[in-house]
Amino acid sequence: MTAAGPGRVYDALVVGVGTAGLVTALRLAKQGADVLVTAKGVGATHLTSGTVDVLGYTPERVVNPAAALPDFVRDHPEHPYARAGLQAVGDALDWIKLQLPDGALVGSLEANFLLPTAVGVPKPSALAPETMAPGDLRNGGRFTIVGLAGLKDFYPAYLADNLSRARLGQEDNGRVEARAVTISPPTGGVADVTPMGWARRFEDTEFRKTVIAELEPSLDGGAVGFPAVLGLDSARTVWQELNDALGVPVFEIPTLPPSVPGNRMARALRAALTRAGGRVVMGGRVIGVRGAGERLEEVVVDAAARPKTYRARDYVLATGGFASRGLEMDSYGMVREAAFDLPVTGMPPNAEARWADEYLAAHPAARVGIGVDDELRPLDSGHGVVYENVRVAGAALAGAEPWREKSGEGISLATGLRAAELILERRGG
Amino acid sequence: MSMIDDLIEPLEEDTIRGSLDHCIKCTICETYCPFANATPLFPGPKYVGPQAERFRDGGDHSPDMSLDYCSGCGICTQVCPQGVKIAEINSKARAKLWDERGIPLRNKILARPTLGGRLATPFAGPVNWALGNRLVRGLIERVAGVHRKAPLPRFAGRTFQSWARHHPSPLTDKTVVYFHGCSTNYFEPRLGEMAVAVLEHNGFRVIVPRQDCCGLPLQSNGSFDAARKYVRRLAGALAPYARRGHPIVATSTSCSLMLKREAREILDVTDPEVEEVGRQTYDICEFLLDLHDRGELEVDFDPLPMAVPYHAPCQQRGHGMGKPALDLFGLIPELRIEEIDVDCCGIAGTYGLKKEKYDISMSVGDRLFKTIEKLEPEVAACDSETCRWQITHGSGVVSVHPIELLYRSYGL
Repeated sequence: MTAAGPGRVYDALVVGVGTAGLVTALRLAKQGADVLVTAKGVGATHLTSGTVDVLGYTPERVVNPAAALPDFVRDHPEHPYARAGLQAVGDALDWIKLQLPDGALVGSLEANFLLPTAVGVPKPSALAPETMAPGDLRNGGRFTIVGLAGLKDFYPAYLADNLSRARLGQEDNGRVEARAVTISPPTGGVADVTPMGWARRFEDTEFRKTVIAELEPSLDGGAVGFPAVLGLDSARTVWQELNDALGVPVFEIPTLPPSVPGNRMARALRAALTRAGGRVVMGGRVIGVRGAGERLEEVVVDAAARPKTYRARDYVLATGGFASRGLEMDSYGMVREAAFDLPVTGMPPNAEARWADEYLAAHPAARVGIGVDDELRPLDSGHGVVYENVRVAGAALAGAEPWREKSGEGISLATGLRAAELILERRGG
Repeated sequence: MSMIDDLIEPLEEDTIRGSLDHCIKCTICETYCPFANATPLFPGPKYVGPQAERFRDGGDHSPDMSLDYCSGCGICTQVCPQGVKIAEINSKARAKLWDERGIPLRNKILARPTLGGRLATPFAGPVNWALGNRLVRGLIERVAGVHRKAPLPRFAGRTFQSWARHHPSPLTDKTVVYFHGCSTNYFEPRLGEMAVAVLEHNGFRVIVPRQDCCGLPLQSNGSFDAARKYVRRLAGALAPYARRGHPIVATSTSCSLMLKREAREILDVTDPEVEEVGRQTYDICEFLLDLHDRGELEVDFDPLPMAVPYHAPCQQRGHGMGKPALDLFGLIPELRIEEIDVDCCGIAGTYGLKKEKYDISMSVGDRLFKTIEKLEPEVAACDSETCRWQITHGSGVVSVHPIELLYRSYGL
């Protein structure tokens, strides 16, 4: 006896394994859908600080994202939040907290934390790991910033000095007083330990004892901020033990990549997807698609020796922006969507200014990406739906400037979850 | 084609080496590299790869030996979002490094499994005894640099080839060619028999041509010229079947990857014969799952009421075909599979056998071993032979090829 079947058709094929792709696939797999994820590269979750930033600046600093979002989407009707709908933003935050281990994310959409970055700039984030939350600057306070000798790109004196000069808003109370301490715990003779290397050392009880012993004499009762390297698989245990041993609140400050909290998030999402029965095929780029009318029928992915063809009823493009090479730009400013070759919108014509002079300014070309309708389906220049069974989620979407708005994770979560919900709704799930 | 077209060379950025210009220093490869995370002796794929490669241009020497601590597992290339061929760059640079410094005798021996297999098979009893003897292993470690505890396989004392020569495969209208590889031939002939039985159960006539090593161990030990010779010879033996359109099915995921991709991408072998064979080569689980997707796989599986941890080896993931074994396991009633979320077992072919690398290799595999141990299974499953030996060595749990579970469940 053989099984009958004219070739496998998945319920959904998700392209991209970053935050948006993982969230979409996880939601679908948990509802029992037969879902396959295919990806070239592991996505940019590893590069994020581990917080969930939803809306930090409009351009004024946002204190309460839930209150600010309605005006924000009214002013930015092409923004991914406007496309996904505000309900999706709140739903996504509630949902993601339940998918991750206890304490992996705390906070709410009603109030932004104000957390220090590696250069001592306060950054608004809606959700943060519990290991970062005590670094909240909104109420001021005394902070000791701990540097690790040999950890590159983390300068505690610079960080503390900037924090002490940080201008908090009228709604914030008090003042930040920060000072720096550098400790030299044993590295086994290794001169240049990466954040991941430190994280593994912090998982060792004996190592933590040497850190505690060296640090104790220099404490002054203020909260203690470490670079975010307090363990990879057991961050909660490491953090709690340091809290107990030092007797003051301990918190983590994100480092430059490799980002340990970003890795924790990526690993937790990936593990959840594996547990839910989702399949991931790593390695190949999408090298072609075949559509029939308004439907996408097949996706062809590069593989060893010969390409693989995958078929699904629904497709989700979650390939990211330029950093993940979901979008590519050539030297003439031509932008291309790399996987499905979908139409790209938001690039000012050649005759107009595309770039501002200042690196961190608002660039006219910054909102380039895939334009979508209210069901996150890709649109062509005439606002017609390109494929009715394709949704786009995450940084590939047009209309956002996540690095200025501080909205990157919020967009990936909200559009990723919304894409999954739309697929489920349509099949009556 | 115009003359101009003939004159245009491939764009630098299209070549393996040229891909380094796409590196944006995001550190994702360093995050994922199992070996950089286990030893300070390997500073990481980005550092020895796209960064150091710039200094290796024009015949410059590698400044140190850190490159040799890359295992060639290929995870860096897979996780890179920008398409930098990190592992390939490093493999080539490592070959050049050994070219300059001379390949140690130990690496030459480890890289030639067929030589060892031919010499040892008639004397399997005493050889196995010797390789299991602590004093002998201590001596081998001192003289040859193979770690005394490293998981060396036991010689079967017979070859799969000799079995296959006396095994009449039923004549049917569907034919496959079985590429068994060295380890099946000399160490695990039983796996070959099970693979043949599973294929025959699905209505195939199985041809087992005479075949030699694919050259992979030579490649990973830096002997590129010898590796090219081996892979060309193997392709020569398989090409007549490929030309007839017969699928070439393999149980060793690393050796089949050599035919599918690495001969071309790492060894720069562009012979049409190797291309033809590569295009027709399938990992056996990939092949069976393709059959199932077409509705052509026999699914008369008996229940296997057991829990089995499964580890997908690094080289298997290099195929870009996902983990077909998982879908096949899903067809077996009552079989509970626990997919282990660990990237690498640490052995990387012959890497973990070496005296100076054994401890690193065991530390890479530590989390995998402990996870498997905790489950206390009857067997673990894994597609690659050296990984299976490493898992058994590190966890004490017997590990089998996925085909063995299918074979059992078919009741063959």
